[in-house]
Amino acid sequence: MSHRELDDMLGKGWRKPPMVTSPLLRWGLILGGVAYLIAAVLTIEVDWSRVYEGLDRGWQFILSFTRPDFVTRAGDIWEGLLESIVMTVAASVVGILISIPIGLGAARNIAPMPVYLICRGIVAVSRALQEIIVAILLVAIFGFGPLAGFLTLSFATIGFLSKLLAEDIESMDRVQAEAIRASGARWMQWINYGVQPQVMPRLVGLSMYRIDINFRESAILGLVGAGGIGATLNTAFDRYEYDTAAAILILIIGIVMALEYLSGIVRAKVQ
Amino acid sequence: MPVSENSGVKVWHRRTRQESLVRWFGWLLGVAVFVVCWQRISEATTWFFVWDAPRIAGDIWTRATPPRWEYIAQLGRPIWDTLNIATLGTIIALCMAVPVAFLAASNTTPSRYFIRPVALLIIVSTRSINSLIWALLLIAIIGPGVFAGVIAIAIRSIGFCAKLLYEAIEEIDRAQVEAITATGASRWQVMSYGIVPQIMPAFAGIAVFRWDINIRESTVLGLVGAGGIGLQLSSSLNVLAWPQVSLILLVILVAVLISEWVSAKVRGAII
Repeated sequence: MSHRELDDMLGKGWRKPPMVTSPLLRWGLILGGVAYLIAAVLTIEVDWSRVYEGLDRGWQFILSFTRPDFVTRAGDIWEGLLESIVMTVAASVVGILISIPIGLGAARNIAPMPVYLICRGIVAVSRALQEIIVAILLVAIFGFGPLAGFLTLSFATIGFLSKLLAEDIESMDRVQAEAIRASGARWMQWINYGVQPQVMPRLVGLSMYRIDINFRESAILGLVGAGGIGATLNTAFDRYEYDTAAAILILIIGIVMALEYLSGIVRAKVQ
Repeated sequence: MPVSENSGVKVWHRRTRQESLVRWFGWLLGVAVFVVCWQRISEATTWFFVWDAPRIAGDIWTRATPPRWEYIAQLGRPIWDTLNIATLGTIIALCMAVPVAFLAASNTTPSRYFIRPVALLIIVSTRSINSLIWALLLIAIIGPGVFAGVIAIAIRSIGFCAKLLYEAIEEIDRAQVEAITATGASRWQVMSYGIVPQIMPAFAGIAVFRWDINIRESTVLGLVGAGGIGLQLSSSLNVLAWPQVSLILLVILVAVLISEWVSAKVRGAII
């Protein structure tokens, strides 16, 4: 039996099935993607000599992580960090408090239609606007300082938390809520005993996560004058004080890691 | 179960006296922290500007409407740049996130005590620093422009993509991997036939999800000089050209809505 015959008997070898089954669509996607990539790369102007010059500075920056300078600008760093933390705490508290009623209103199974539409509208607006853009507008309106940052973070928290809370309420177990209602509970009691216990673990977890996000965001609000560590960081970059910048970045990373660890513990406890 | 007697009638309580005391102190502490934070914000705020805010807001609104529609002719290139920053940044990030994710997942990492912590550190540190800060840093290193934006978005996205991806890798079905191993496949073959097909849907979902987020983030990168439509926004803000600002904000809003729609559609098609 020749090699050829054996191949005919066995038929074609197995091949991995492609991810997109229609060949026309598959090749269209591939060609379109390649064409776009070429166009995109061609239109990006890269000044390679500038990049090459910068590599040295980049290396300096990476080196500065091995000797961060916490001391020289300790006062500024401490002040900025404290302001960031203050903004995070205040904005998280206010944001969570406001987002609970809005979340209740944005859940289709407990809110009447007009309330639902209003609350969903608030959520959509808050989610569509970038934090930093909101911060720019609020700084223009309320002046420089942490108040603008606080309002920005609260506003962003509302969109995030209300949406996820509403989704959680919509997917809750109807039976428990109905049982409470059948016992003759008033609306508040119904929410308190029928709905709240079901969504509480997730609400706590999401709130912890949002505190984490708020802290991270508060680190950039200073760039547009809305208070926090961002202004200090920006100054450090402007003066090419990489060791101070490295110190600030290490502090931010450390705090975020600590928050993540803490939220892990809290979430494990409530679930 | 805590039951107290009140003039001969047994009354049920949800918590024992000690538990409620602890809770009460917890709430007291929380409220105290919030009040202190609020006080600090309030000290740093010029309240005169805040009382004046409604008038200022109204003033800005009258200046900003109607938007200067003919300015849109100058926005074509910045929008193209923004799209490129987001797309190329996402692609670069995915290329780097895949190896990091495989090194970080506890079932595929070559060394649990040595390489895995390094991969996790990469994930945490890239994730906890906002893309605006990465952009600031890269502008100081390689100069302003679209390229800095692309790299900033790429670095910021590595941690996010790698984290979601390594969680997906850890959740794969072991039986399939074992079946491929049992056929005598090499390490790479096990990877490409046993693991990759299982995480492919998750990978595509993560890619589109991150692309959507990156479109949002790249619209504001220009504020620090990293190219895209944010450059136009910051220059319009600097000359207080409010009609242009309102048009740019509208364009950003539309871009965000479109990207969200695209990503929802694609994810719906995949999953």
